[in-house]
Amino acid sequence: MQSHKKGYVMLKKSFFGLSRFRIEYELLPARQPEPDKVMPTKKVTLFHSKNGNQNAPASFQTGDKVKTGQKISLFADDPAYVISSVTGTISSISPHTGDFGKTYSAITVDIDENEILDDQFKKQIQTPDLAGAVEFLSFAPGNPPLSILSEPETEIHTIVIMGADSDLLIGTNQSIVKSRLDAVKKGIGTLRDMTGIDKIILITAGESMQGFGHIGAQVKNIDTGYPAALPQMIMKNVLGEVVPAGKTCTDLGVCFLTAEAAASIGKAFKDKQIPVRKILTLVTKDGNQRLIETVIGTPIRDILNRYGVSINEEDRIIFGGPMAGSAVYSLDHPVLPDTNGIVVIDRSDAAYASDYPCINCGECVRACPAQMQVHMLVRFLEAGHYEEAADNYDLFSCIECGLCSFVCVSKIPIFQYIKLAKYELDRAKALETTETTETTEVTEATDA
Amino acid sequence: MLDQKKLIVSHAPFWHNGSRITNRSYHTMLAALPAVLAGIYYYGIPVLGVVCLSVATAVLWELAINRVAKRPVTIGDGNAALIGLLLAMLFPATMPWWAVITGTFIAVVIGKQIFGGIGSNAFNPVALAVAIMMISWTDLFNFDGMLLSYDFNFAAVYPLALAKHFGSTSLESLRIGDLLIGRQIGGLGATFGLGLIAGGIYLMLRGFIRWEISLTFLVGVYATALLFNLIDPERFVSPGIHILSGYTLIGAFFLATDDSSSPVNGIPMLLYGIAGGIMTVLIRNIGAYIDGVILAILVINLVNPLLDKIRPQALGKVS
Repeated sequence: MQSHKKGYVMLKKSFFGLSRFRIEYELLPARQPEPDKVMPTKKVTLFHSKNGNQNAPASFQTGDKVKTGQKISLFADDPAYVISSVTGTISSISPHTGDFGKTYSAITVDIDENEILDDQFKKQIQTPDLAGAVEFLSFAPGNPPLSILSEPETEIHTIVIMGADSDLLIGTNQSIVKSRLDAVKKGIGTLRDMTGIDKIILITAGESMQGFGHIGAQVKNIDTGYPAALPQMIMKNVLGEVVPAGKTCTDLGVCFLTAEAAASIGKAFKDKQIPVRKILTLVTKDGNQRLIETVIGTPIRDILNRYGVSINEEDRIIFGGPMAGSAVYSLDHPVLPDTNGIVVIDRSDAAYASDYPCINCGECVRACPAQMQVHMLVRFLEAGHYEEAADNYDLFSCIECGLCSFVCVSKIPIFQYIKLAKYELDRAKALETTETTETTEVTEATDA
Repeated sequence: MLDQKKLIVSHAPFWHNGSRITNRSYHTMLAALPAVLAGIYYYGIPVLGVVCLSVATAVLWELAINRVAKRPVTIGDGNAALIGLLLAMLFPATMPWWAVITGTFIAVVIGKQIFGGIGSNAFNPVALAVAIMMISWTDLFNFDGMLLSYDFNFAAVYPLALAKHFGSTSLESLRIGDLLIGRQIGGLGATFGLGLIAGGIYLMLRGFIRWEISLTFLVGVYATALLFNLIDPERFVSPGIHILSGYTLIGAFFLATDDSSSPVNGIPMLLYGIAGGIMTVLIRNIGAYIDGVILAILVINLVNPLLDKIRPQALGKVS
């Protein structure tokens, strides 16, 4: 079992404060032990994303039997789907609301004893092609963003495969590059064949360049200081292209996917079976980091029980890492295809925000990798003046690393304010668009 | 689920580097302590009285405003106490009690709370209070007059007053070493140069104040004073005396560096410090006042928002 005790105290401000501080990513040793296998006990839950207010599902209902690897698509007019990760019976389909109002249908499957593998993928996919991949592999471990690659209007010319994890404490993709390089390599080859994109870059953290000779991609090492592994930083430092504020990497024709996603694609076409098991890093309260392999949809409860992690009132369970992850409110929350890490933080160790005003110390400005004037920005955000924040203080330059909140002397939840502001502005923009379309329709009707 | 535990859902990040406003305040007070102790050594117990009254009333004024404005009590952050301590350090040892209470009122209520409390004050509260008091009660800041009753075992002169009125020849007997260890007249916590420098270095190393501001302030004072001294050595005293007398050191390390009223970007900090230093010497040498530090700091506080407009371009900014 891989478990090494780490000095898991929250990173504290160093005694000397003259130089710019730096938080290092943790680099894993070259030899990676096999991850622990943690299986769900009774049921799995799959989050089927739900766009808009669709009617009740027609194709699948509670009581239906599903096989491992079977595609479950609830809504006829929506390309979204999930892949059943177990064989069993659908016991409930209920609405679930995620962060920032994102809605899902939570499909719970009670596990049968005998596992039957679904063969639809095998039947339909003879040779790897993009349409087939979009059809079957979007819910594969690592959440490959295949729809981005397939859409004709997004002119992707570069694929970046992340062999480094963007958040601290998490070593999932780093470990996959070390231990499952064959699958990653196969995935890279498949991606190249499917998309015809030649420029594929594998990002690694602190690797020696040896051993990557025949990977079929350019290998680039990145700096080991946080947040060098965030997409916008890679765009700037590796590809030499700064993402304009408000644009995404996709807008610039660059598609990011994790090493796990690449490995999933490789594995799927090699085995003719959709992979349903994913790797993730579990960090428990005592600071132990474990690499585990589990089935998508496994409730966190099952994983924590396996390691005897006791959860008390007011503890925090985080999906992702400590800097930019998101907390969940239920032990029944399942592992999602893109869950890289689960971090359990005791309530006495977690950071609390305060409602103190900004004292203008400038720590956030010095910490910000995007050179934003955070101390001014936060004043506008606190007052809800999102438009001004975007126009005058570069709200959309934020790359969402969380360092401003991390260093804030007043413990202002700056990162949260930024996310909220972006969300509200997007919502207002969406609302405006629908309103204009409606008005145009009305005008057209009057004209007619 | 019946055994469902209530987890806390908060926003990322889930770590914090542990820095707190209270820490900043108390470490700044700690850094100021050597100079206050030297004040007690030179001027005796009355210093203790002034300091205690000043700190206590500053905290009480803050509490009173918290209560009146029906806002959360903020005296726990130590900022009011710090204001009280720094204000006392600028006073002569014999400051009457009513002046101390008035001073803390101006600093805490008018200098800070009226603007909206910590972080919102446009001017350094301490500098603002001293400026108002200097203009209102000139005699209280006439150090030679205020400390007349003392019998010192060193040349009891306020170097800046002497320099102003009699030119640099009057200060020939003054030794830099004496100024460093506080054998001069001035504010009760502003004369012990060695202590202030040590405190300043401590604060800069710990990152509680910015070296960009403090050092450029001193450079500004030194360079400007040197220029004057070179032009007319008879009339203008040497830069060393400018650095080590009056409020220069306490101003550079403790007043100009006030978080709220100083810039946060690199170049603005340098300009801010330099401007403060130049203004100080201009007021001292050709202005009407004996010591220019307080007014210079208010002037740079005033231009701070403008200076801070000089900022690096944000990542991916589309202009």
